[in-house]
Amino acid sequence: MGRYIIQRFLWMFLVLFVISMITFAMMHAVPGGPFTQEKALPPEIIANLEKRYHLDEPYWKQYLLYIDNVMVPHVSSDAAPEMTDEALIEINLPGGRYLRWINFGPSYSSRSRTVNDIFREQLPVSIQLGVISMAIAITIGLPLGVISALKQNTIWDFLGMSVAIFGVSMPVVAMGPILIWIFGVALKWLPPTGWGAKPPFTLFFIPNTIGSWDFWKHTLMPAFAVGTGYSAIIARLTRASLLQVIHEDYIRTARAKGLSERIVTTRHALRNALIPVVTILGPMFAGVLTGLFVVEQVFGIPGMGKYFITSITNRDYPVIMGAILMYAFFLVISNVFVDITYAWLDPRIRYD
Amino acid sequence: MTNSEMLIPEANDQQKERGLWMDALYRLAQNKASLIGGGMVVLLVLMAIFANYIAPYSFSEQDRQLTDAVPQWVTVIFPTIKPYAEVSDKFPIGADYVGRDMLSRLIYGARISLVVAFVGAMISLFIGTIYGLTSGFFGGRVDNLMMRFVDIMYAFPSMLMIILMMAFFRSSFAESEPGTLAYVMNSIDQRFGGMLFIFIGIGITAWMGTARLARGQVLSLREQEFTLAAKALGASNSRIIFKHLLPNVLGPLMIRVTLSIPGYISTEAFLSFIGLGVNAPTPSWGSMISDGAVAIRTYPHQAIFPAIALSFTMFAFNFLGDGLRDALDPRLRGTQ
Repeated sequence: MGRYIIQRFLWMFLVLFVISMITFAMMHAVPGGPFTQEKALPPEIIANLEKRYHLDEPYWKQYLLYIDNVMVPHVSSDAAPEMTDEALIEINLPGGRYLRWINFGPSYSSRSRTVNDIFREQLPVSIQLGVISMAIAITIGLPLGVISALKQNTIWDFLGMSVAIFGVSMPVVAMGPILIWIFGVALKWLPPTGWGAKPPFTLFFIPNTIGSWDFWKHTLMPAFAVGTGYSAIIARLTRASLLQVIHEDYIRTARAKGLSERIVTTRHALRNALIPVVTILGPMFAGVLTGLFVVEQVFGIPGMGKYFITSITNRDYPVIMGAILMYAFFLVISNVFVDITYAWLDPRIRYD
Repeated sequence: MTNSEMLIPEANDQQKERGLWMDALYRLAQNKASLIGGGMVVLLVLMAIFANYIAPYSFSEQDRQLTDAVPQWVTVIFPTIKPYAEVSDKFPIGADYVGRDMLSRLIYGARISLVVAFVGAMISLFIGTIYGLTSGFFGGRVDNLMMRFVDIMYAFPSMLMIILMMAFFRSSFAESEPGTLAYVMNSIDQRFGGMLFIFIGIGITAWMGTARLARGQVLSLREQEFTLAAKALGASNSRIIFKHLLPNVLGPLMIRVTLSIPGYISTEAFLSFIGLGVNAPTPSWGSMISDGAVAIRTYPHQAIFPAIALSFTMFAFNFLGDGLRDALDPRLRGTQ
C-alpha cells in the first residue's frame, strides 16, 4: 500500500509539471502581450513593464523563475517584502528570518493586487460553495439510490429514478437561472445574488458566520444548482451497484445465517456496493469545479471562477497560470485520494 | 463440394446477423423510454434541419422598437415581468435584449447543440474505436505504449484543457498571417460560426473513454476461437479487426457514445456561456442563457426559455441512451 501511495503522488507531480508547461507554452504562443491595448503604450513604457515582470527574459528562464517562485520555499530576513514577493505561506523563523513559500506573482490587469491576494479573497468562497455542493450531491444521491434499489420495481424506485433522470438532464447552465427565477424572483424565499461570508475564515475557508441563516440563504440555491446533477448520477450508480451486490451469494449466506435485514443491507451489501460510487467522486469533483464557474457568474458570487474567466480574456498570464495550477492541483489530488481510497476498499486494485 | 453446400453456412450466417440486429431493433421498439427519447430527438433534428422554414424570423433580425418585448401569455407565466416589459404579440415567446425573436433564435440554436452532439459522438466513436481496437489487437508493447498515452491524457483535468485550448485558439488563430494553417482554420471556424474550435476542443478529450472500452472488449475477444480461426485462414489484420472484432464491440460502444452525448451538449452550452463558444450573432442556447441571466430579475423569459430547451434536449438524449442500453445490453441495466 505504501508503495502504491508513493507511486500515485509521483504521478501527481508529473501531471502538474506537464500541465504547468503546457499552460505556459500556450499562454506565450498567443501573439500580443498582456500590455497590448487598444491605445498603444509608448515602447519605453512597455519595455519597462516587461523588465519589471521579467518578460524580456528568454522563455525557459521565465518558466524556471516562475516554478522557483511557486515551488521553492525562500528564506529571507526582511520583515515586509516588496508587494510582488509576498507569499501565500509565510512562517516566522527564529532569528528574525522568514520562510516564504508559494508566490504566484503579480496580476497584470489589476496592478495593485497579487495573484495571492486574489486567491486569498476569492478561493475560500469557491471552496465553501464547492464543499457544500459536493455534500448536497452525496446526501441526496446516496439515499435516493439505496431506496430505489431496496424497493426495486416499486413506485419508490420509479419515483427515485424519474427524479434522477431529470437531474442528469439539468446542467448547471440551465439549473441556475431556473432556480433563481423560482426561489429568488417569483417566491422571493432566497436572495438571487450575493454571498453571505466575509474573511477572516477559520482554517482558510470555514466562515465564522456558518451558523447563521445569512450565510445559508446565499448558499442554498447555487449549491443545489451544482449539486443536483451529481446527486442524480450518484443515485443511478448506487442503485445499479447495490442491485448487483444484492444478488451475490454472500448476501444469501448472510441472510441464511439469520442476520437481520438491516445488518445485511448496511454491513454486507452497502459496503461493497459503494466501491464503484467512490470512483466517480474524482471526476465529480472536476464537474463541480466547472459548475462553479457558471454559478459564480449567474449568482454574482465573488469566487475564483469569475476571476479565472476574466483573466483569460485579459491575458493576465500569472492569474491564468496560478488558477490553472491551483485547480489542477485540487483535481489531481482529489483523484489521488480517490485512487487510494479505492485501493484501500478493494485490495485487488493494487495488483493490476 | 457442390454449390448448395457452400451456400448453406453463408445463408445461416446472414440470417443470424440480421437476427441479432432485428432482435435489438425489436427490443428497442418494445422499450418505451427509448421510443419517447428517440421521438424527441427526431423532432429536434427536424426542427434544426428545417430551421429556415419553421423560424418566423431570422436569428439576427432586430426590431429596435421592441427590445425585451413579450407577448401577453408570457406576462401571465412570469407576472413579475409586467412593470418592465413592453407587451407586443409580434414575437411568439418574446424578444431578447436587442429585439431579436427568441423563438427563432431557439430554433436555430438547436442546430449548434445537435451538431456538437453528433460530431462529438462521431469523433469519440471513430477515433476511440480505431485507437482502442488497434491497441487491444496488437497487444504487448504497442498496447502498453498506446494505453500509457491515454493514461497521461486521462490524468489531465479535461475541462481546464478545453478552456485553455479554446482561449488559445480564439486569441491566437484570429491574429495569424494569411497562408498559414492557423489562418485557414480560423477562416473555416468563422464560416461555421465558431463551431470548428468547439469540435476540436471536445474531440481532444472525447475519444479516450471509448478507446479504453474498445480495448478492453478486444482483449477478451481476440483470445476467442473465431479470431484464431480467422487468423488460421490467413485473414489480414485489418480484415480481422474490421470484419470480426468491430461488429462484436459495436454494441457496448454505441451505448456508451449515446450516453455521453448529453455531456457534449452541456459542454458546448458551458463554453458558450463563458464566452468561449460560438461567435455572435450565431445563436447557441448557452450564450442565450448567459445573456438572459444578466437580466433574470426583470426579463426572466430570456434565460428560462433557452434553459428549458437545453434541458429538454439533454433529457431526450438521456432517455434514448437509457433505452438503448436496456435494449442492446440488458446486463448493463441501470449502470452509469
